[in-house]
Amino acid sequence: MTTIQTTVGGLYRSSRARAVTGFGVAAILLFAVAPATMTMFRLGLLAKFLCLAMVAVGIGLAWGRGGMLTLGQGVFFGLGAYIMAMHLKLADAGPGGVPDFMMLYGSGEVPWWWEPMRSPVLTIVLVVAVPTGLAILLGLAVFTRRVRGAYFAILSQALAAAFAILLIGQQATTGGTNGLNGFRSFFGYDLSDPLNKRMLFFIAAGALLVMVAVVRQLMHSRFGELLVAVRDQENRVRFLGYDPAKVKVVAYAVAAAMAAIGGALFVPIVGIISPADVGVVPSIGFLIGVAIGGRATLLGPVLGSIAVSWAQTSLSESFPSGWIYFQGALFILVVAFLPGGLASLVGKWRRRRTTQDPPDGAPHPSVPATSGSAA
Amino acid sequence: MDVLFSQLFAGLSLGSVLLLAALGLALTFGQMGVINMAHGEFMMAGAYTAFVVQGIFSSAGVSLLVSLPLGFLVGGVLGLLLEATLIHRMYRRPLDTLLVTWGVALVLQQLARDIFGAPNVDVRAPAWLSGAVDVFGVGIPKTRLFILALAIVCVVALALVLKLTPLGRRIRAVVQNRDLAEASGISTRRTDRLTFFIGSGLAGIAGVALTLLGSVGPTLGTNYIVDAFLVVVAGGIGQIKGTVIAAFALGLLQATIEFSTTASLAKVLVFVVIVIFLQVRPQGLVSVRTRSLA
Amino acid sequence: MTDRTGPDVTQDTAPQTAVPTAPKPEPKPAPELSGDLPPDPTLAPETGPVPETGIEGDGLDLDAAAAVLGDDESRFRHDYLEVRGLRVEFDGFVAVQGIDLTVVQGDLRFLIGPNGAGKTTIVDAITGLTKGTGSVKFGGTELLGKKVHTIARAGVGRTFQTASVFEELSVLQNLDIAAGSGRGPLSMLRRRRGVPEVVEQALETIGLAHLRDVQAGILAHGQKQWLEIGMLLVQDSRLLLLDEPVAGMSHAEREQTGELLQRIGAQRTVVVVEHDMEFLRSFATSVTVLHLGAVLSEGTYAEVQADPRVQEVYLGSAGATRGARRGTSRKEK
Repeated sequence: MTTIQTTVGGLYRSSRARAVTGFGVAAILLFAVAPATMTMFRLGLLAKFLCLAMVAVGIGLAWGRGGMLTLGQGVFFGLGAYIMAMHLKLADAGPGGVPDFMMLYGSGEVPWWWEPMRSPVLTIVLVVAVPTGLAILLGLAVFTRRVRGAYFAILSQALAAAFAILLIGQQATTGGTNGLNGFRSFFGYDLSDPLNKRMLFFIAAGALLVMVAVVRQLMHSRFGELLVAVRDQENRVRFLGYDPAKVKVVAYAVAAAMAAIGGALFVPIVGIISPADVGVVPSIGFLIGVAIGGRATLLGPVLGSIAVSWAQTSLSESFPSGWIYFQGALFILVVAFLPGGLASLVGKWRRRRTTQDPPDGAPHPSVPATSGSAA
Repeated sequence: MDVLFSQLFAGLSLGSVLLLAALGLALTFGQMGVINMAHGEFMMAGAYTAFVVQGIFSSAGVSLLVSLPLGFLVGGVLGLLLEATLIHRMYRRPLDTLLVTWGVALVLQQLARDIFGAPNVDVRAPAWLSGAVDVFGVGIPKTRLFILALAIVCVVALALVLKLTPLGRRIRAVVQNRDLAEASGISTRRTDRLTFFIGSGLAGIAGVALTLLGSVGPTLGTNYIVDAFLVVVAGGIGQIKGTVIAAFALGLLQATIEFSTTASLAKVLVFVVIVIFLQVRPQGLVSVRTRSLA
Repeated sequence: MTDRTGPDVTQDTAPQTAVPTAPKPEPKPAPELSGDLPPDPTLAPETGPVPETGIEGDGLDLDAAAAVLGDDESRFRHDYLEVRGLRVEFDGFVAVQGIDLTVVQGDLRFLIGPNGAGKTTIVDAITGLTKGTGSVKFGGTELLGKKVHTIARAGVGRTFQTASVFEELSVLQNLDIAAGSGRGPLSMLRRRRGVPEVVEQALETIGLAHLRDVQAGILAHGQKQWLEIGMLLVQDSRLLLLDEPVAGMSHAEREQTGELLQRIGAQRTVVVVEHDMEFLRSFATSVTVLHLGAVLSEGTYAEVQADPRVQEVYLGSAGATRGARRGTSRKEK
C-alpha cells in the first residue's frame, strides 16, 4: 500500500515536473524565439492564431472532457470582441464623442448600452462578465432540464445564428455586416506602433499560457474527474448526490470566458470584428482544430487550432477554394476515422514504447490522454 | 382583419417552408438519431437540379413537375452515398456525425460554387404559379399556396409510408429496438439506407420548392438548416406530428414577431421562446424511459 | 487501518479472478496475475467459515468492511424506509399499484417476484428516477417529488441491474467521486492528493486495492458490481437499494457478497432485488414477494415459501399474464 502511494506521488511529481518544463519551453518559444525570428506581419498572424486557440482550449474542456458539443462559441467570442471593440471605438471618438460609423448609419447618438464601455475598467470586467453570465444563464436553463447531446449542440448553434443575425440587423448600433473596425488605439497605446503590436502579442501569449494552466488544473482536479464521469454517465452521477447540471455549467462558463477573452484580444490584434467572425460557420470552425489535436487532451486543442489557422492562412492565400475542400476533408477524415485526434496517435506510440521498455512499475495516469478516442 | 389574415398566412407560409426543410430531418434525426448537417446542402442540390432541368425543358411548368421527382432522386442518392460511406460506421457516435456531415456540407457547397459559380442563379416559375389569389381581400402569391400544398402532400405521403407499407413497419421496428429488429430478421442496414434515402430525398423536394421563392446559391441550405433542426427539436423526437405542429407554430411566431419588430430581432426572440418552451416541456426532447442509464 | 497487515498479504498474493478477458491492466499487477493460485481459505477467516469451495481471487475483505461501516450504530437507529400507497404509472400502464412497504434498520430485505412484478420500478421510484405517487419516507423525510441527487444526499444509495461505473475512470477515481458529493468547491478544484481513508478501506473491502489504478471499464463483471457496492459504502448511504447485486457472479463470489450485505444490513437499512432463490434463502432476513405491481406476501423466507399464493405465482398459471404485461411495458419504453 505504501509502495503504491509512493509511486502515485512519484508520478505526480514527475508529471508536474513535465508540466513545468513544458510551460517553460512554451514561454521561451513565445516570448523569446518567436519575436526574435518572425517578421512583424507573421507575429501579428501568430497573435491572431493564439486568440483563436484560446477558444479552442475552452472547447477542449467543455466538449472533450465535458461532452458538451458547443457549436456556439462564436457567441461568447463575439460578445467579448464586440464589447472590446465598442470601447475602442468610444475611446477613439474621445470623451463624449460618437463613433464614426454611427454618424454614417445611425442617428449620431450613442445608444445607452454603449455607455458602460466608455470606462476602460468596466470594459475589462464586462468582457468576461457578460459572456460568462450568459453561459451560466443558458447552461442552467438547458442543463437542469437535461437537454444534452445533439439537442444542446443544435440549441447552441441556433444561438450563434441568432446572434449573427441580430448583429447584422442592427447596423446603426453594431456596424451591421461591416462590423466594427478602424481602431486607432488600445487603452491609450497607438495600434500602429510596432512596439505596441508586439506588446499585444505578448499579452495574447501570456493569456493563452494562463488559460492552459487553468484548464490543466481543472482537468487534474477532482472536478475534472467528475466532469469526465458526468460526460460518460450523467445519470449515474446523480445517484451519488451530485447535480450534473452544475458541473456542466462550470465547464461551459469557463469555456465561454476563455472564448470571450480570446475575442477581446482578437479585436486590437486583427483590427476588425464582424458577424462573419461569430456566426454558425466560424463557430463550428473553432471545433476542427480541437478535433484534430485531440479533443480530450490539454495541448491537442491548442496545437491543433494553431495548425489549422496556419493552414487556413497559407492555403486560402494561394487557392481559396482549396481551403474549403481541405477543411471539409479534415472534418470528415479526422472525426470519422481518428476521433481521438493526432494525440491518440501520440498516445499509441507512447504506449508501444513503454510496453517495449522494461516496466518501471508505475501505472499510467488513469485518465489517459487518449480518452477521447472512446468518447 | 386583413392584417390579421395576411399575418396568419405569412406564418403558415413560413411554416410550410420550415416543414419541408425539417420533414426529412424528422426522419433522419428523429427516427435514426443522425444529425445530418449536409441536409441543407441536399436541399441546395435539389434547387440546382431544378436549375439544370429548366435548361432542358422550355416550359417552366413541365420543368417544375419534372424537377420535383428528380430533386427527390438527387437528394436521395446523395443521402444514400453519405449513409453508405460515412454515417453507417458512426451510429454509435451521433454527435460526431454532426461534425462529419458538416465537413460534407462544406465540400458540397464548394462543389456547387465551382460548378455553377458563386453568384446566385434563378429558376423561372411557371406561368400558372405567377400572380396571386385573392382570399378575404388579401392577395396571396400562388407560389406560396403551392408550397403549402406541397408540404401537406409530403407529410401525408410520409405518414402513409410509415404507417402502411412494410418499409414503414421496418423503420419503426428498427427505431424502437435495433437489436431486436435485427434478431427478428429485419436487415437494419437496408432499412437505414432506405430511411436515409427518403429523408434526404425530401430535402431535395424542399430545395426544388425553394426555387419558387428566391434565387439559388451555394449557401441556400445553410440558411435553413439551423431553423429546420430547431423545428425538429421543438417538435420532439420520433413524431412526424410534432414536427408539423412545431413548424407551423414557429412560422406563425416568427411572422408575428417580425410584424411587430424586425426580422433580426424576431430570430433572437424565437430562440428565447424555444429555450423557455424547453423549460416547460423538455419531454419532447429527452426521454429517460429506460432502466439502463446509458 | 491499523491491523491491516494480515489481509493485505493475502490480497497481494491472491488475485486471479481478476480481469480474465480484459486487456492486462498495467505492468504492475501483471506478475500477480500470472502468479500461482494460492490456497485461499486464508481469506477472512475470523468472520466465520466461508462455506463451499475456494473463493478465487481476492474476494471481499469483511474486516475492512467493518472499518468503512464504522461502529457508530446510533446514527442509524431511527432510520427506516416507509413506503405507503406507492403507485407508478407509465402512460396508462400501472407498473406499481399502491404498495406499502416498511423496512427497518438492521433488516436485510429482499424483494422478489416474477419479471414485470415492479421490483426495479419501486427502486426507481424511491430514488427519484421515475415519478410515483403516494409516499416514500426515509428517516421521516419524504422522498417522492425530490430530485435524484437530493435523494442521494439524503442518504439513499443504489446500484443498478447492469453495473454502471465510470468506465474511463480508474477504480480509485470511481470511489473518490462517490465519496465526495459533500466536498466544497475548493476541495473539488484541487487535485486529489493521497487516498481518503474511507476510500482506502472500501478498496480493501471490495478486494480491488491492487487494481485501484486500473480503468473501471476493463474490470470483470463481478468486480464492477463490487465496485458499485464499494461506491455505496463510501457514499455512506443509510438506505441501500441493490438491484440484482450478484447476477452473473460465481458461487463463491455470491457467498462473499451475501456476507457483506449481511454486515451492512445489520447496521443500516438494506433492500435487495434478487432473482436467485438460493442466495435469498441464505441471506435474507425478510422477504417481500411482488406480483403484478402489488405485494403478494411478506415475511421470513420460510413463511413466504409456505404461502400458497406465492407458490401459485411461481409455479402456477401466472406465466401467461406475466408475458402479456411484459409486452406492454416494453412498448411503453
